[in-house]
Amino acid sequence: MVAPAPPTEAHIWQLLEEVTDPEVPVLSILDLGIVRAVRVEGEQITVTITPTYSGCPAMNTIATDIRLRLLAEGYTKLTINNQLSPAWTTDWMTKAGREKLEAYGIAPPIDGTASGHVLNLFGKETAVRCPLCKSEHTHLVSQFGSTACKALYQCDDCREPFDYFKCHS
Amino acid sequence: MQGDMEFASSENPALANYAPAVRQQLFQFVLQLADTSLVLGHRLSEWCGHGPILEQDLAMANIALDLLGETRSLYQYAAELEGQGRTEDDLAYLRSATEYRNPLLVEQPNGDFADTVVRQFLFDNFHYHFLKQLLTNADERLAAIAEKSLKEATYHLKWSSEWIIRLGDGTEESRQRVEKAIAELWRFSGELTMPTALEKELQAAGLIPDYAEIQAGMAAHAEQVLAEATLAVPQQVFMLTGGKDGRHTEHLGYILTELQYMQRTFPGLTW
Repeated sequence: MVAPAPPTEAHIWQLLEEVTDPEVPVLSILDLGIVRAVRVEGEQITVTITPTYSGCPAMNTIATDIRLRLLAEGYTKLTINNQLSPAWTTDWMTKAGREKLEAYGIAPPIDGTASGHVLNLFGKETAVRCPLCKSEHTHLVSQFGSTACKALYQCDDCREPFDYFKCHS
Repeated sequence: MQGDMEFASSENPALANYAPAVRQQLFQFVLQLADTSLVLGHRLSEWCGHGPILEQDLAMANIALDLLGETRSLYQYAAELEGQGRTEDDLAYLRSATEYRNPLLVEQPNGDFADTVVRQFLFDNFHYHFLKQLLTNADERLAAIAEKSLKEATYHLKWSSEWIIRLGDGTEESRQRVEKAIAELWRFSGELTMPTALEKELQAAGLIPDYAEIQAGMAAHAEQVLAEATLAVPQQVFMLTGGKDGRHTEHLGYILTELQYMQRTFPGLTW
């Protein structure tokens, strides 16, 4: 193998753009907002990521995918750090990421609607736009969906069930 | 459970500063928290594929997953505190029932859906208020784990509180079942905030939150939810304890038999 050019932080960020979320493959891990830092010291590369949800099984796969992507460029001195604080929030998801999500059929998070820190029993649910027919006439089926980060909704107009990427902040 | 990640060392500044004896006490306490989340997560995972309806099956599997995520962060920290080379897997898979430190509540069987909801409500009510206090804890790693888990615990408490209300103020049968579950399980709730000798020492050292404020928050929330559910708050209940000191009900042994089967049968097995 040809010896790789010495890594630069900008180049590492470019490579990370190519690593995608294994559950939602249209999103890069940068779109998702989980890469918190990249540090290059000589040949040593440290990438710090933060979990979306503590039990998210995708995190190990993502760490392995980052490692494989950088190894493919010939970078071998790698550390992938897991950082819990500050805790991930959907505010960190990029605008491009939100558009890709909706085009993929998943309603993107609506900022400022996290019921996260208040106990709002039987409270009014967020109006979420159907990613398929764009109707705002939808209802929550379950706060817990196919993965930890999503809730299950159904459209009252086109009747399609769909995933909503929960606002988490 | 081993992954491809390490914890950022920046979240671990205090580790070197603890005196060996304090570090050992903190290890025991973090282990207690990890055991608690693991055992309840395992219990909830037993529902997977058996839930009363699909959405609630998914809800319980999701809550189980959140708890297992928290469990891993806690065991990883416990392993570092102990500093004897044991890993998160060793702590989960190679300790016997008497070494487990979870309170009795979380090892109680799933029973029917009302039993599971009441057990979950009692735990979530504690977990939520405990994590809120832990956010400003002196130990920064525990505070970071709490910051992550509190967002999830809030969803859990909302879920179990709403189900208490639906069942209590529901049909004659749902009401009768939830009343029976409360009569059976309430006596395990006191242990959650009854400090053991270890917890008293850590509280005195300012390393873990005092339970008085947590207890007040729990009582207020329970009162509000049970009132809305048209259920009575049990009074003068004799509280059962012992789990946090390693004295368990018979149920824990069965859980560990299943949970640890692979590592016990094929020691050191990896995949």
